[in-house]
Amino acid sequence: MVEEKFDAIVIGAGMAGNAAAFTMASGGLKVLQLERGEYPGSKNVQGAIMYANMLEKIIPDFRDDAPLERHLIEQRFWMMDNTSHAGIHYRSDDFNEAKPNRYTIIRAQFDKWFSRKVREAGATLLCETTATELVYDITDKVIGVRTDRAGERILADVVVLAEGVNGLLGTRSGLRETPRPETVALAVKEMHFLPEEVIEQRFGLKGNEGCVIEAAGTISRSMTGLAFLYTNRESISLGIGCLVSDFAATMESPYALLEGFKNHPSVRALIAGSELKEYAAHLIPEGGYKAIPQLFGDGWVAVGDAAQLNNAVHREGSNLAMTSGRIAGEAIVQVKCRNAPMTKRNLVLYKTMLDDSFVLKDLRKHKDMPALLHTNSHNFFMRYPQLISLAAQNLVRVDGTPKIDKEKATTAAFIKGRSRWGLVSDALRLALAWR
Amino acid sequence: MHIVVCIKQVPDSAQIRVHPVTNTIMRQGVPTIINPYDLFALEAALTLRDIDGGEVTVLTMGPPMAEDALRKALTYGADRAVLLTDRFFAGSDTLATSFALAQAIGKIGETFGPPDIVFTGKQTIDGDTAQVGPGIAKRLDFLQLTYVARIASLDLDAREIKVERRAEGGMQMLKSKLPCLITMLEGVNVIRRGSLHDALRAARSQIVKWSAGEAGIEDLGKCGLRGSPTVVKRVFAPSSRAEKAVQIDTADKALRDLADELIAAIFARQPALEHELAFEGGSGQGA
Repeated sequence: MVEEKFDAIVIGAGMAGNAAAFTMASGGLKVLQLERGEYPGSKNVQGAIMYANMLEKIIPDFRDDAPLERHLIEQRFWMMDNTSHAGIHYRSDDFNEAKPNRYTIIRAQFDKWFSRKVREAGATLLCETTATELVYDITDKVIGVRTDRAGERILADVVVLAEGVNGLLGTRSGLRETPRPETVALAVKEMHFLPEEVIEQRFGLKGNEGCVIEAAGTISRSMTGLAFLYTNRESISLGIGCLVSDFAATMESPYALLEGFKNHPSVRALIAGSELKEYAAHLIPEGGYKAIPQLFGDGWVAVGDAAQLNNAVHREGSNLAMTSGRIAGEAIVQVKCRNAPMTKRNLVLYKTMLDDSFVLKDLRKHKDMPALLHTNSHNFFMRYPQLISLAAQNLVRVDGTPKIDKEKATTAAFIKGRSRWGLVSDALRLALAWR
Repeated sequence: MHIVVCIKQVPDSAQIRVHPVTNTIMRQGVPTIINPYDLFALEAALTLRDIDGGEVTVLTMGPPMAEDALRKALTYGADRAVLLTDRFFAGSDTLATSFALAQAIGKIGETFGPPDIVFTGKQTIDGDTAQVGPGIAKRLDFLQLTYVARIASLDLDAREIKVERRAEGGMQMLKSKLPCLITMLEGVNVIRRGSLHDALRAARSQIVKWSAGEAGIEDLGKCGLRGSPTVVKRVFAPSSRAEKAVQIDTADKALRDLADELIAAIFARQPALEHELAFEGGSGQGA
């Protein structure tokens, strides 16, 4: 049999892979996409919040038929200690706009839809097919892949690595390092079934309105971590993630943390009476700008999680994945239109375009945040939440103690807990890293 | 040689949930699969084709989404897929289903060459009747070989097939003339992993879609709900068998003696059970 040749092969059918495949197929390229799961979405795990703007740039009228759960009108940030939470809630009717900005989605359904769009654009998708190795020519340019199915190799001008954070093809081929424990978080997640009207009642929602809670504090047992709770149409997704290196050092188990979060008095009431529908775990790239590997080479580009393009500080991942996939696709279409070869020299266009986008601008802005939060995890995730809870309680509890004494006690607790120098230094470093 | 394999797209029973309040099956969002029994039939058909040449056509009746099941069958290596889809088929019981499939197989014969063998699985996991295969055989006037564990030999020149059929109390070796219909037993083979070539071909193949009219079915009264005398009288959830299990703390001597006594009493009533458990004793859990 004659070896088949495509313009591009995309490894993976997640957000980044679908965005890249869609963009290239729409641009008239002959695209083959390989997905190791039974169907697109079967192996993909996310919280999940989807940001409309980045999808609009790929499929402008996605709202017509994409499986969306709820559009978000309320965001809660919680600082938790063992019995309390202090929080900022932001709720706005402005989010009930004609084209809402953020939605909760269920990836297993959303990815199927996205993949259908990719195939309608003309790409060929093979599921249950794992790319096992890259094929090189004598000049060390990538010219195709081999798969775990019997048969010939498949050739292409360019291979788009959208294989996710733990993708084996790129690491095996030495295009990037295996993710290090201190640059990836392990998140565990559960989905709890609850009737629509119960969710609406508990969160004060109507129709397709949704609410998001993001929480940090003693629930992560002094590790760097974040918990979340998202409302879907008739289920609640909740989970917690911490750095793999922290899990290794503390020997804490992810599921124990999740149980702790679920049983926290502030959370328990929100999921009471629910039925556990599914559980999942996933690695999340957390290394930020400094952990980004080489993004392109002779005959290949890397996009999405495979390229560590994840903004842990703002809890954004899928939009960076979609955008990097789209930009890689656009760059490849441009190179192809010039009839130029897919060499490193020409594919630098992808990096140039990405540098100019919010993806790398945001990651560059927060390049020092991961290091700061990771080295000060006990202060940021254990001591401050406890101190804030104490301060809030001092403020609201009325027990005959003069106000001046209460304020003094609060101040004293902060200084005792972290020292004057520590407080000033944390504030300064946080401000600098955020700037 | 031309083989037709009838498959059915069914909800993945491992992922079906029963609504906690109404006790009804919640079908929404449940993934679909090819009826697992049908995969044994498909593999048997593909094996015969690999040895003797020819073509394998997969056929299903169902809604448009049943195309997924057919495409998967093509990925395994089937040569052609036919989807029989029409709203007239909605609500078919086994009588109406076997009528429609038999008609479609007739049409497949006219269009792509007469089938020598029709394969089906032993039964489906959603209906569990095992009636459709024999129903098709009867309507096509094919000899039927049910519960087949192995194809022993196929002689295309003599138009004869020999199979092993599992029967109560043993195995039968049966010889039949072609054409015939075979329903395959489970666990007798393992469905292959299609090659890259098969996967690519499956992704790009056009699936033949026939409405009732296109399949040459004239008597619509025999199709769908109208052609289905079966009536579902009631759907209910079975009551659980055991209320609860209690683990006895065998460190306590009095309780241990009580447990031993209990086990002895059970074995006295069911000697076969003692034998079985002793037989499995190697796994170390004990009685």
